[in-house]
Amino acid sequence: MDIFATAAQNLTTPMILCFVLGLAAALARSDLSVPEAMAKAMSLYLLFAIGFKGGVSVAGHGFDAQLGLSLLAGVALSFALPLVAFGLLRVLTNLSALDAAAVSAHYGSISIVTFVTATTTLAQQGIASEGYMVAVAAAMEAPAIVSALWLAARSGAGRRMDARLWHEILLNGSIVLLVGSFLIGMITGQDGMARIDSFIVAPFQGVLCLFLLDMGLVAGRGLRGSRGVLGLGTLAFGVLMPVVGAGFGLAVGLVLGLSAGGAALMMVLCASASYIAVPAAMRVALPEANPALYLTLSLGVTFPFNLIIGIPAYVAIATAVTGAA
Amino acid sequence: MHMHPAKRVEIIIEAPMEARLSEALIKAGVTGFTVLPVLGGSGRSGHWTREGQVGRSGMVAVVCLIRPERVDNLLDAAFAVVERHIGVVCVTDAQVMRAERF
Repeated sequence: MDIFATAAQNLTTPMILCFVLGLAAALARSDLSVPEAMAKAMSLYLLFAIGFKGGVSVAGHGFDAQLGLSLLAGVALSFALPLVAFGLLRVLTNLSALDAAAVSAHYGSISIVTFVTATTTLAQQGIASEGYMVAVAAAMEAPAIVSALWLAARSGAGRRMDARLWHEILLNGSIVLLVGSFLIGMITGQDGMARIDSFIVAPFQGVLCLFLLDMGLVAGRGLRGSRGVLGLGTLAFGVLMPVVGAGFGLAVGLVLGLSAGGAALMMVLCASASYIAVPAAMRVALPEANPALYLTLSLGVTFPFNLIIGIPAYVAIATAVTGAA
Repeated sequence: MHMHPAKRVEIIIEAPMEARLSEALIKAGVTGFTVLPVLGGSGRSGHWTREGQVGRSGMVAVVCLIRPERVDNLLDAAFAVVERHIGVVCVTDAQVMRAERF
């Protein structure tokens, strides 16, 4: 009963309501919009803040084996989840092997906005989490692409990963800023935090609200513009796969002995689907795959699902299972 | 004013491919081109707009003015990059004032 009560309570946070407002405005064809440059600036701010806070947290606790194992587990999950997604897609839909491989890459990778929202949800509830989960998030971005290209190659399609594509994926702006600010936070520790906390702590949730308003608009417009792209089976996949992924995340979190917050974040990372780094990589490596399909699924279906239903549920389940409640 | 014949090559290409296309053009000896953002449009892949796109999604237009005798070389280089991708390549006749620049 507590799980449902907590989940319901989380639905009425300003963040989620801002996202819903954006989604509703876009679906109702409102001309509400957030300037592109402002959205970009907000995403830079959020990435910097979340990376820095994670680094400071690691500086406080120091390195341990669990950090290394969590990173390894994250990479392994990112490699493995596309295989699960591919199998699920082949059962639920009649997508071609190429389209299924492209979609599966998105579900092995992660959505950093979903992760940021989850960390904020945890903070609001006073649930502690391992600061290095930010590094796990960065590590999980790319391996899924390799698995998906392997799946595509099995069906005789796709392009080999060349050095340039590797460079673009591993050094994309989000990863560089996230890892960079994580390292800065780790080096400067609490002293660094004391110097800039008025910038990265107090305004954080307000900025996140505005950013999620924009993401709601983007998701809603994406959904509106791609009617008829998704069949029933594909839609079911968009909702089922995050739950399956979260199950894997929970199992790994428990095996690693993560805290309730850490396990919840691992669930979120496994449940979320990329909509920035992986789509760009797929356009280069698998150009014949249908971009409307994977963008609509990850941004229009799975992202809202995770934000509105997934995160509160994952946090509640992780709390209940680890006995931290 | 004396004008000189030229070809205007316009390539609409997916944004993630833009750097590769620019590089191929430079390798093929193309000395100048302009990259423009594309707001939206409609085609074989349906209607789309820049709104609702995140990251490096969407399309860009690469516009190039070139002497007629060099256009085949440019098209070979461009086609090697864009062949498998969503996009449009078109060539139109144009006139320029300063032929030595193309």
